[in-house]
Amino acid sequence: MTGPPLIEVEDLRIDLDDGTRRVAAAEGISFRIDRGETFGLVGESGCGKSITALALIGLLRQPLSIGGGVIRFEGQEIQHLSAARQRELRGNRIAMIFQEPMTALNPVSPVGRQIAEMFVLHKGKSWREANQLAVEALASVRVPAPERRVKDYPHQLSGGMRQRVMIAIALACGPDLLIADEPTTALDVTVQAEIIELMRNLCAERGTAILMISHDLGLVANVCRRVAVMYAGRIVEERGSADIFRAPSHPYTQGLVASLPRLGSRAALGRTRLKEIAGVVPAITNFPDGCRFNPRCAQATDICRVVAPPTDSLEAGGFVRCYHHA
Amino acid sequence: MKLRANLVIGGALFVLAIFVGLLAPWLAHTDPVMDANLMNAEEPPSWTWWFGTDGQGRDIYSRVLYGARVSLTVGIVSQLINSVIGVGLGLSAGYWGGWWDDVVNALTNLMLAIPSLIFALAIMAVLGPGLTSLLIALGLTNWSFTCRIARASALSLKSQGYVQAATVLGYGDLRIMITQLLPNMLGPIIVIGTLGMGSAVLSEAALSFLGLGVRPPYPSWGSMLSEARDQITTAPWLSVFPGLAIFLTVLGLNLLGDGLRDILDPQSRSRRT
Ligand SMILES: Nc1ncnc2c1ncn2[C@@H]1O[C@H](COP(=O)(O)OP(=O)(O)OP(=O)(O)O)[C@@H](O)[C@H]1O
Ligand code: SF4
Ligand SMILES: [Mg+2]
Repeated sequence: MTGPPLIEVEDLRIDLDDGTRRVAAAEGISFRIDRGETFGLVGESGCGKSITALALIGLLRQPLSIGGGVIRFEGQEIQHLSAARQRELRGNRIAMIFQEPMTALNPVSPVGRQIAEMFVLHKGKSWREANQLAVEALASVRVPAPERRVKDYPHQLSGGMRQRVMIAIALACGPDLLIADEPTTALDVTVQAEIIELMRNLCAERGTAILMISHDLGLVANVCRRVAVMYAGRIVEERGSADIFRAPSHPYTQGLVASLPRLGSRAALGRTRLKEIAGVVPAITNFPDGCRFNPRCAQATDICRVVAPPTDSLEAGGFVRCYHHA
Repeated sequence: MKLRANLVIGGALFVLAIFVGLLAPWLAHTDPVMDANLMNAEEPPSWTWWFGTDGQGRDIYSRVLYGARVSLTVGIVSQLINSVIGVGLGLSAGYWGGWWDDVVNALTNLMLAIPSLIFALAIMAVLGPGLTSLLIALGLTNWSFTCRIARASALSLKSQGYVQAATVLGYGDLRIMITQLLPNMLGPIIVIGTLGMGSAVLSEAALSFLGLGVRPPYPSWGSMLSEARDQITTAPWLSVFPGLAIFLTVLGLNLLGDGLRDILDPQSRSRRT
């Protein structure tokens, strides 16, 4: 594909200002997502996945802020767009769904109305047309009897149905990028698989790129063509999904892969968490010097404890941030 | 939902008052102002004069019916003004925070520090008596509780998932306030509004009693009480019936407010969400 990538993040730094001092909650974040591509962001809790996603849609709020780097959407720097222009992008060109389908819908508004609002807001439709389109949108996420369901309130729907409604809302305006932040963690395993499948199919049909965020490397690798692994605010490895499983480069990724059930087994889709690596993730205010993984790394040497490793390009594509990578 | 006594009785009294006010021209026996006749002045209640007559021979029953119009107009309209001001200020202050929140807070504290009737009195003194002045005076002085509640609700609601989801979906601030915040705080706002209507009816009576409200000879319950003051021992029905009308209307609104609080209670509401 020619032209600029859909989204391009270069050396992004996100500051956390706790009133007395400024620490980098994430830094040196670089990645790009092309049109229609699927890209995954994986890492343990608190490593900075959600704040990276919020930065992409211009919604970092105090105490968080962008401390450096650029984010380009179709070549345009998002940070320099006016608030109104950023708002036009949100929901319309870049949509996002969250972990909690229970709370992400307005409890006192029928779901059809909440879908229709997107057409009114972003496409300038009349409420009449929008309500009609809402029924179609609900049908497209395979909610049975959509003409009746549009009148339902969120509490009348199951968790899986609500997440379908969220997907319908997110995809209503035909966005170019769908950010899915732990979209299925709150659902049970069989429903999880259905929702992921639905999301993937709809996005593939429409050419919508996906940025999928999760703890679960197996799940992400299953959905995404490329995966970036984050650790303590930095991307430590970015590869094609298949490569990462076959030959993980970074010691942390190796730990992750080793902790997973074999790729292809049902459990790989399930709820296996990244937890078998010894040690704990350092607190944001207490990142170690040098490579942030060094206290937990078996291969660490003196240099690892002093200077952060630069990124190293891999022959097969992608990069890794480690002095002694495989 | 179990029907509660306070809701039923309060609702019935309020509906009765509205009904009486709307249908006054058909229910009344005489014109409340024009049909003065000194021949039947100060008649006690009887089959001809249900509530008796006043010193000018006017039918108290008819005057009480017409008085409902003034009381309810003042109660409803002034409370609507209060609700709009209170919700507008409180909701935006809670959602936006910052200096605007400080300004609204200062204003609310000011309003809470001055008794609203005194404040209304001062406004009436500037505007002069009359129905319009009453509406303005009472409509501008009783919004602080609504404002407090709207602000507190907005503060707690803005961290809800659906409010954040709306931001992510590109909703503007105004749209978020109207579609996400307002409907979710409507319960307590309605309760306060209902109670506020009751107190506005009382305030109207007080101001009219002081001669600052609706001007005689047009009847309002407060002005009727005011005129009846001198005959309280010789013709007690002159004060009893308008007094009773005020009492029942305010009682009805308070019961209704309590009943609504029971069913719109945030506790029972959040259980559904
Ligand atoms: N509003 C905030 N105020 C203060 N610190 C924050 C805020 N939001 C995030 N952080 C901090 O920034 C870091 C990254 O948070 P983020 O939410 O991006 O983690 P995450 O990778 O999405 O984790 P999870 O998997 O638990 O969602 C965390 O250490 C978190 O404590
Ligand atoms: S840089 Fe050193 S400490 Fe960090 S992951 Fe590589 S080997 Fe381990
Ligand atoms: Mg997160």
